Amino acid sequence: MFPFVSKEIPVKTTLMAALLIGAFTTPLLARAETPEFTIVIKDHRFEPAEIVVPAETKVKLVIDNRDATPEEFESHELRREKVIAGGSKASVWVGPLKPGTYAFFGEYHEDTAKGRLIVK
Amino acid sequence: MLGTAVIVFREVLEAALIVAIVMGASRGVALRGRWVSAGIAIGVLVALLVAAFAGAISDAVQGRGQEILNASILLAAVVMLAWHNVWMSAHGRKLADEMRRIGHDVRVGTRPLSAILFVTALAVMREGSETVLFLYGLAASGTQRFGLVGGVVLGLAAGVLLGVVLYRGLLRIPLRHFFAVTGWIVLLLAAGLAANAAGYLTQAGLLPTLVPEVWNTAVILNQDSAVGQLLHILIGYNDRPSGIQVVFYVVTLVAVLALMRLFGGRDGQRSGRPPAKASVAA
Repeated sequence: MFPFVSKEIPVKTTLMAALLIGAFTTPLLARAETPEFTIVIKDHRFEPAEIVVPAETKVKLVIDNRDATPEEFESHELRREKVIAGGSKASVWVGPLKPGTYAFFGEYHEDTAKGRLIVK
Repeated sequence: MLGTAVIVFREVLEAALIVAIVMGASRGVALRGRWVSAGIAIGVLVALLVAAFAGAISDAVQGRGQEILNASILLAAVVMLAWHNVWMSAHGRKLADEMRRIGHDVRVGTRPLSAILFVTALAVMREGSETVLFLYGLAASGTQRFGLVGGVVLGLAAGVLLGVVLYRGLLRIPLRHFFAVTGWIVLLLAAGLAANAAGYLTQAGLLPTLVPEVWNTAVILNQDSAVGQLLHILIGYNDRPSGIQVVFYVVTLVAVLALMRLFGGRDGQRSGRPPAKASVAA
């Protein structure tokens, strides 16, 4: 039936769009060295739970999920949310930020996965 | 169980509200229910696929795969909603006239129907893949099955219920103003999704924020409150938007509105109504 004929289209279209956006923006990435900070997730906790980053600078947070289960790195204050599959790393860019403290948490394990980004 | 339900609800809500708006905005189009259902089914299937390949997607494009995929889905949905609105602004009045005349839904070509299918599938797959990952995590960490299933059912039911409430509410709008109102709702929805896409692209370091925080209204209306979240989904309310998000919002709003004006007038002129009345309805 007709709706099922077009089953492939959404995937293809979005992948094409993804590739297009990727192709257009890749040259932009080569510039500017951004400082990098790594946060490890283990036993549904962030390590370190507090991380100090420079103010008014764009920084890259590498989140290394060493648990077997996925986690969603989320911060209301930073306006960031990103799912990180079990046993994989992901990058989140933040800033430039004003000095202050920005809380983040793991949405899938909110009880234990809590952390703070301290911007100085 | 309740914790699971809340997260499932949050994820389902956005998709449910978008589906409700699409169902409302395409009122009078014959077979739209079938196409929306197909869209939901495809969305769920693709969500499972996306969840299964979450690791690979995340690692793609130097760890930016997830954001690029999310932004692409959102922007594709924006294009489909815009197209739907332009189509409706050209045919909406005729559709309403014909609905009144023949007393049942009007048959249209497959193109507007496929836009409906696309938007539904995109909305469901985006929220669905996150739900699947979350549930997989819970199941893998040995949460008891009863609580898991109960939470899913509860969260899903609550989300769908809100969608139904919105849809019913939309249907109460008199037919005379109906497509004008749903046109505005779809327009604001599309602008909000475009701003979200900009947010993902800055998260991936692909777009500058321009201004990190244009305003901060978190104290007045927190985006994570119930009302704030609803408004965020429906009209793209953001309590701390970046400059680029405001730009995306405004550009989408103006561009779609311009396209609606550009293509919308034509059909109205030909429908044989007195021009004065037609301009009032527009």
